[in-house]
Amino acid sequence: MKTNDQLKAISTQVRRDILRMVCMAKSGHPGGSMGSTDILTTLYFNEMNHDPATWTRDGNGQDMFILSAGHMTPVYYSVLARAGYFPAAELGTFRQMGTRLQGHPSVRRQLPGVFQASGSLGQGLSAAAGLALGKKLDKDPNLVYCLCGDGESEEGQIWEAGMFAVHHKLDNLIGMTDWNGQQIDGPVASVAGEGDLAAKWEAWGWNVIVADGHDFDSIQQAFALAKAGKGSGKPAMILFKTEMGHGVDFMAGTHKWHGSVPKPEQLEDALNQLGTTPLGDF
Amino acid sequence: MKKYIDTGKKDTRSGFGVGLLKAGQANPNVVALTADLKGSLKMDAFAAEFPERFIQCGIAEANMVGAASGLAITGKVPFIGSFAEFVTGRVYDQIRQEVAYGCTNVKIASSHAGITLGEDGATHQTMEDIALMRALPGMVVLNPCDFNQTMQATLAAAKYNGPVYLRFGRPSVPNFTPEDEEFVIGKAIVMNPGTDVTLIATGHTVWESLQAAEALEAEGISAEVLDIATIKPLDEKSILDSLRKTGCAVVAEEHNHAGGLGEAVAGVLARELPRPLVFVNGEDKFGQSGTPAALMAAYGLDASHIAEAARKAIARK
Repeated sequence: MKTNDQLKAISTQVRRDILRMVCMAKSGHPGGSMGSTDILTTLYFNEMNHDPATWTRDGNGQDMFILSAGHMTPVYYSVLARAGYFPAAELGTFRQMGTRLQGHPSVRRQLPGVFQASGSLGQGLSAAAGLALGKKLDKDPNLVYCLCGDGESEEGQIWEAGMFAVHHKLDNLIGMTDWNGQQIDGPVASVAGEGDLAAKWEAWGWNVIVADGHDFDSIQQAFALAKAGKGSGKPAMILFKTEMGHGVDFMAGTHKWHGSVPKPEQLEDALNQLGTTPLGDF
Repeated sequence: MKKYIDTGKKDTRSGFGVGLLKAGQANPNVVALTADLKGSLKMDAFAAEFPERFIQCGIAEANMVGAASGLAITGKVPFIGSFAEFVTGRVYDQIRQEVAYGCTNVKIASSHAGITLGEDGATHQTMEDIALMRALPGMVVLNPCDFNQTMQATLAAAKYNGPVYLRFGRPSVPNFTPEDEEFVIGKAIVMNPGTDVTLIATGHTVWESLQAAEALEAEGISAEVLDIATIKPLDEKSILDSLRKTGCAVVAEEHNHAGGLGEAVAGVLARELPRPLVFVNGEDKFGQSGTPAALMAAYGLDASHIAEAARKAIARK
């Protein structure tokens, strides 16, 4: 178990990785990645039952994770590397020709830790529900996690999966929503009107938990509540209130950094704001 | 002319139902999913014998594809069943991302394919599905011709490791292939040897082509009939071997022209062995309500149209 201070240090390093990856690739999605960094760091370092050394794509005997909001590969790959799935040095190949670190998650190049292709939005929760059902059929007691975006939740398939998971009593499925209120074209409320996400998930019959996605205590309490729902017959949805671009003042709280890359002087400013960690840059 | 006996009209979807049950009995990892079409897909026997392995998804096809991909990742062999239109066009992106690109061992059981779906009309009659599925890298496309072959194709699909599109139909049609003939993915079947023209057929048009071959024989024309039960990967060698002998061909399919078997065969001949080729297909049209037989005749897909196409092909030699 990592302490909150240790989680904080890892998250800081992951945010440094995210910025350096997208700047080296001159493309990618830093905003949402930085907003969900604290969630994924906590998930992989304190919550999931997983072992990179014995990882297989079938997920047998371990917890599994699907990144439904597949554009957030910078945070995903950084956390996987920092958790030991592949060398951190490989982060420098992100989005380059021949890389295993494709722009959106791919299983074609056997990158350890990735279970399914994703990024065409709205599809990952269905795949996660299938994984959860597979574990039930196999009597594998491990859990399946899935991270969606709030903008992504405009996709109808998210709600098909919401119905399916309840109908099949997938209480081994823990969904998470990166509830940052932003999407490419602007604030979610101005683009398509998100409404009350908590009320929507409750209406579908999920065990809904709302948490602060930048407070490690709140994040861990939310996971504890979600895990406690195993046996209830209900899947869990944690709505993490987050801030896009969290950790760097000029990137925080705006959709403008969804898919844009800092200029060199902005990168320097951002890295100075984050500070260094003992983990070191890749 | 080799004689084929119709042992009694049966729907190919029932061949799938029997094949699915047998596949489930042979492999405990086989699971079946449907989007509220259990009866139409003839999944009842499987569902009764393996209730835990039958997964009802409700009228939500997109989620069904994704859930099947997840089940496949955990080691299951999922068959997803719906009408052809709703497991292809409606969910093309899901199949592309999570099945084809995602390399998951999902079997797409596509019933009520083509115009012979009949009275429901064009909203439910897809004549474009082969084109969509052929376009996906690595997708195997099967289109068996009768009850027995569909049963065997289902067993072959279950054994094959990778995405498979398995196309079959709604109406009762002649059942004439051997019950116990193992289905070999990627192999064309010479249904009748001939020397003057090759009738290249798939699905329901195989029986129609055999009827056409009989009519042509009465005129002194020797027609070779190839059953292309696997549209992708295409058995190019069998097609080329036949065309080297006959020198011309007809391609008959219950599908529109764009992206169908006809274009696939034309591509092979253009590259390897240019020969006269006449197409029997739905051209560039939507269907309409009607009985299957009336629609096959009206859209020019039955035996008489295939025979006429053969005469045209021979005249162009």
